[in-house]
Amino acid sequence: MAELYEGFTLCGLAAGQSWENSGILGIEPGRDADHVIVTGAGSTVTVYKVSDQKPLGSWAAKQGQAVTCPAVLHGQTGEYVVVHDRNVLRIWRDEDINFEKVFKATLSAAVSRIHALPSSEPLVLFQRGAVRQLDALLAAPQQAVEEVLSEEEVIRWSSCFLEAEQPLLLFSTEKSGECFLYLQKLNPDVLHKYNIGSEGKGVCPIGFTATLENKCITLLCLYSSGCVYKLLVSLHPSAEGEQHLPKSLLLKLPVSKGVLHRAAIASLEEGHIAIVGAPHSASTGDRDFLCIWNTNFQTLQASKKLAGGTYGQLWCNAGKLYVTHGKVLTVLPYRCEKSSLAAALGKLKQTSTQEVMSSPSVLNWNSFPHEEAALQQRTGMRTRNSKWNLKSQATLATSINQVLEDIKGVSREEVEEVLEPFLSCSPVSPQFQLGLTDIAVELLKRCQADPGFYPQSVLARLTQTGRLSHSSCPGFLMLVLEKRDYFLAQLCLQHFPDIPEAVTCACLKAFLSVADADLVRVSVDLEGVSLMDGPGQSLEGVQNGFSPVLLEEDSCDVQLTPPKLDQSSSWTDVSLTCPVGLKKSALLNEIIQSSYSESFLLPHLKDLSAQQIILFLQYLQYLYVRSSGDVYTQLPGLRAPTITQIMDWVSLLLDAHFAVLVMAPEAKGLLAQLHRFVRSQVRLYSELGKIQGTLQELSKINKAQEIGLYSIEVIELF
Amino acid sequence: MGEFKVHRVRFFDYMPSGIRCMAFNRKADRLALARLNGSVEIFNFSNNYFQEKVIPGSDSRSIEAICWVGCDRLFTAGLNGEVVEYDLERLCPKYTLDAFGGPIWTAACNSAETHFAFGCEDGSVKLFEILPDKIQFERNLDRQKGRILSLSWHKTGTLIAAGSLDVIRVFDVKSGHSVQRILVDRGPAGTRNKDCVVWNVAFLSDYTIVSGDSAGKVQLWDANKGTLIKTHLVSKWDVLSLSVSENEDSIVAGTSEGTVIQFQLLSPTIGDAETQWIRTRTFKHHTHDVRAVTETKTSVVSGGLDTQLVICPRMDKVEVKSSESVLRKVIFPHRSLVSCAKKPSLLLFQFPDQLELWRLGGTDTVGKPGESLPVTRKPEKLIQLKRKGDDHICCSTISECGHWIAYSTVSSIRLYQLQCDNNNISISKVSKLPKVLRSAHQLQFSADSSKLFVASEQATIHVISLSRSECTHVHTFKPKSGSSAPVHLLAASADGQWLTSANRHCEINVYNLKKLKHHCMVPVYNSLPSAMAIHPETNNLLMAHADQQVFEFSIVDKQYTDWSRKLQKEGLHRCRSKWHTPITHITFNPSAPSQVMLHDTHMFCIIDQSLPLVDLKAQFYSRLTPKDMSETDRPSKNNAFKMCKKYQPLLHVNLLEDDWLVVVERPLIDIHSQLPAPVRQKKFGT
Repeated sequence: MAELYEGFTLCGLAAGQSWENSGILGIEPGRDADHVIVTGAGSTVTVYKVSDQKPLGSWAAKQGQAVTCPAVLHGQTGEYVVVHDRNVLRIWRDEDINFEKVFKATLSAAVSRIHALPSSEPLVLFQRGAVRQLDALLAAPQQAVEEVLSEEEVIRWSSCFLEAEQPLLLFSTEKSGECFLYLQKLNPDVLHKYNIGSEGKGVCPIGFTATLENKCITLLCLYSSGCVYKLLVSLHPSAEGEQHLPKSLLLKLPVSKGVLHRAAIASLEEGHIAIVGAPHSASTGDRDFLCIWNTNFQTLQASKKLAGGTYGQLWCNAGKLYVTHGKVLTVLPYRCEKSSLAAALGKLKQTSTQEVMSSPSVLNWNSFPHEEAALQQRTGMRTRNSKWNLKSQATLATSINQVLEDIKGVSREEVEEVLEPFLSCSPVSPQFQLGLTDIAVELLKRCQADPGFYPQSVLARLTQTGRLSHSSCPGFLMLVLEKRDYFLAQLCLQHFPDIPEAVTCACLKAFLSVADADLVRVSVDLEGVSLMDGPGQSLEGVQNGFSPVLLEEDSCDVQLTPPKLDQSSSWTDVSLTCPVGLKKSALLNEIIQSSYSESFLLPHLKDLSAQQIILFLQYLQYLYVRSSGDVYTQLPGLRAPTITQIMDWVSLLLDAHFAVLVMAPEAKGLLAQLHRFVRSQVRLYSELGKIQGTLQELSKINKAQEIGLYSIEVIELF
Repeated sequence: MGEFKVHRVRFFDYMPSGIRCMAFNRKADRLALARLNGSVEIFNFSNNYFQEKVIPGSDSRSIEAICWVGCDRLFTAGLNGEVVEYDLERLCPKYTLDAFGGPIWTAACNSAETHFAFGCEDGSVKLFEILPDKIQFERNLDRQKGRILSLSWHKTGTLIAAGSLDVIRVFDVKSGHSVQRILVDRGPAGTRNKDCVVWNVAFLSDYTIVSGDSAGKVQLWDANKGTLIKTHLVSKWDVLSLSVSENEDSIVAGTSEGTVIQFQLLSPTIGDAETQWIRTRTFKHHTHDVRAVTETKTSVVSGGLDTQLVICPRMDKVEVKSSESVLRKVIFPHRSLVSCAKKPSLLLFQFPDQLELWRLGGTDTVGKPGESLPVTRKPEKLIQLKRKGDDHICCSTISECGHWIAYSTVSSIRLYQLQCDNNNISISKVSKLPKVLRSAHQLQFSADSSKLFVASEQATIHVISLSRSECTHVHTFKPKSGSSAPVHLLAASADGQWLTSANRHCEINVYNLKKLKHHCMVPVYNSLPSAMAIHPETNNLLMAHADQQVFEFSIVDKQYTDWSRKLQKEGLHRCRSKWHTPITHITFNPSAPSQVMLHDTHMFCIIDQSLPLVDLKAQFYSRLTPKDMSETDRPSKNNAFKMCKKYQPLLHVNLLEDDWLVVVERPLIDIHSQLPAPVRQKKFGT
């Protein structure tokens, strides 16, 4: 589940910017993750320390000079490189103050972009498609540059990678509605050209993002129709010459009307992409959103409304998204989590749990008034108060990592102490839900490594937040079972949405085999059985004059003669003592109510021993008698199993172990009783079937036709 | 032949007014009923509960109490402080008298019928002497604090019990002093700051006072000692009405919840001589306040805000199954409020305060029976005509051609001429009406629209000749018997020769319009005619009576026709006997004159006079519906009687040309939706 954290303003946009143009040319990574180089806003280049929102240095070109490509940092020398007036290259260092006096080289051709690589010489991409390494270019600034692109072909986007110490440059061009892709390799100099193909009239690619993975470049392309296509560009193409690149539809954004104009895409890790300037739901159609989508499941993971309209500019650097909107450049930290089943459900599932789990908000050091922050961001004002907020924001972002560090290698008590403030605020601030999983996984690792370490109360607190799932921390439930922590096992069964059948079955096995005496000191949530009578209480199975009497005749007709008294076969009498203790029954009820798929559960059910099966069947029988004796099909209590769930489990157990049960002498009576249940159920349904026709007639009658104030009808009188 | 296209009309927003109070006259077996809009209705219980007379209401009148004196004198008193005696012949107030005590809440007449007592807003009880032709103020009893809301005389006429706020007082009539003051306790905790309103008192001859109050209690008091004998908590809300049976063995109480509760004087153990009041039955026929209850010998009658009069039989008093042993609900008046101009397809709806003229819609497609056709031309409200003055409209009619509309209140008759060319409708009042026209009980245009027949309040019938320029009085018919009974039905023949009138003494007179003289009188039948019409071709008069009998009388031969005798022999009424509403309209099919159509609230039927009546009984005993029979077995070909219960409840049915039918329905749910919300009650499961 990806999450967008509360953003903050890095800088305001220059006053002269228009509706289309934000004035920002580009944002490039600085010397570490916390520094960025912002180019634009009146031909200036500014270096910011992001966490402090503070400019560290700013250089402006002379009046009349215009910076034409984003400045980059030469990673090896620590020099900044920028091009102004298309072909004038400038290189300077942090210490340089006067931009006019820094190194200057005039090139022979116009430069499109400079791409910096962390451990390699920067690449200069010329507007006509040629690529040079910076050092080679500086050696002879006036060297001739070849023309790669044809006339009227313009570069739209470019990106560079380093593969096996070999720099690569990927750029896309457009020529009269057709799109091409070039892959330029250096040393040796190889150029591949691809045709992306067009997507119908008026639909053009408006945003690109590429990642290099496993010697293959994945290019994601956002079209103005709202479709995101995935193109795989091999680094070692077999064929020569222009090739057609096949593309596959990855995601279709709900663009209800018109086409997208100003939108941008950025690929994040783990199959997530960020898109700005496109609506996230067809119903709103509002485009001023920054959204994170999971491309594997095509679910919306996070979205944020951007005040003041977007410009379709989006950069991603070191876990932060930079987006221009309104009059500000906003930094939004994000986090993407590994895809899991629970996370795949996306934002919708999460909001529903949040609603259910609405707990009183606790104000403490790391929660701050969201409303106020949002307001200040809208107005772009930076008061002292907002500064404080941003500071706490930074603390927040680091706190998860801090906590993760802190809980390593400390004792159980210390873990509790460390996590206490964290857990007390977690329901309030959604940005912590990802941290929760991390903490759970971390604790799990420690528990598995160190058998003596088992912070039960912390684990229970984590489980109770409802944000954990089995797929996000596999092995959790098994560990709990291993530790014979039935209280936590019950919590897990209640809160995990995605427990595999094998684990469910293991739980069942553990619950069935535990002795009632062992459960005495275990505290178990008895809500599921809260209103059930204690074991051994008999039932008056008569409600509204209805006495569920089992008839021995095979016919399904109702027999009006009362059953013989000596028969004691009024099946409500049978085994009305609960075969298991109260706590055990609460645990078993959780199993009965857990979700499962029959075909996956059946093989695991076969692991149960005959004794366990018989005990469970006896309990199910007891539940059935309890619930069917009642007019209401649900047992009292909030989480009591329904009669359908009970019957399904009986059927499953019988399916899995019928042969065993038939052979076991002690199961004979039980099977006979169950047979009676089935017969009574069959008869009930046949009786219901009989009145079905009558009821259908009733529904026909009730379908009162709508007659207005006036109608004309034709009747025939007899 | 039996196929009709039906205009199903539901846009007549007729809304009956709620029932405020009732008085049952045991000697005359008639119930007088006053509604919230000031109208008074008289139901004849011995004549199949027929709504015999309606005295139209008036905006200036509000009735709180109604009282019979003798067989034929009726008084009401109301919040305008006036006492009204009604003229039951002319169906209008005879005189009004101010009691000078502010609004009158209650009235009671002593058993000797010599004196009235009125309970007034100012706390006074005023005694009026009843004289043969008027009432006269005699004196006040001692004035007390608080309005007097209920009064009851002791049988001896020496004591009066008066219910007020939180207190019941007993007055000595002779001295005028209060001799007993009984405090009524307020409701349960939480309502103690609210006055307990004693809505009703009843003084029994054994000096027991029964009271019903706003705290939901029916209480029995000893009037001599002023002590409480017994409390019955019957409702969470108010007990609004109370009635004691004639022989004082039963009390009924109506509540705000819509229930009617019966108490009976019974001995707790069999054979014990000692008796006490025991709550026995609860009737729930109303949804709203039961504002009035009364008991007859065989039934409990109740009425309230939900506008219906419910006559619920007391099964312990009914010995044989008869028409008395069924529950009756009277919701709609026993007369037609709709008149129809057949040719231009116009409907005139009569409301108490206005008339509405509608033109029916149409379709240009044809369909099979059971189908609903698309409406290509929507119905259209042409005119909404507000009445002038305070008095409510009592009758109205539209001429066959649709060019004339007439209506009458108790004070005036108005005649309008209607010009309708294409979409322009203009209406002009005929200003100069002949002087003889003052008020009408019934109005009828002749078939050719050249004459207006006015049944006047003097029991005469004026014939007015109509023309574009002027209206002239042609003749006045007087009934030959000299009866002064009001005429409530008029029928004119299609050829313009005959006019028949029916009055409330069951007399039906036939007049010859050509010779302007009385032609004959139909033999008097002992049940009131509820509808009549003259056959357009044979000039036979068809009459339907309140007891569901239908007769055909040949005007020319001055005798009942053979068909009528046959019908009596076969017993048409058998099939109708389970319906209890009278036939309110008879008409003929213009395209098949042998077909007679008659309808009541629940059904309409078409009788083909040309077909034999033989299998009539067999058909109605058989439960098979004709639809289920095969084509050959179907009795439709030779069966005279066709009926339709599809449309309910019916306010009007008429046969137009080309086998068109117009059906005016008024669904009860529409009436209920316009009623105020009933008191909230906890229902199981809500």
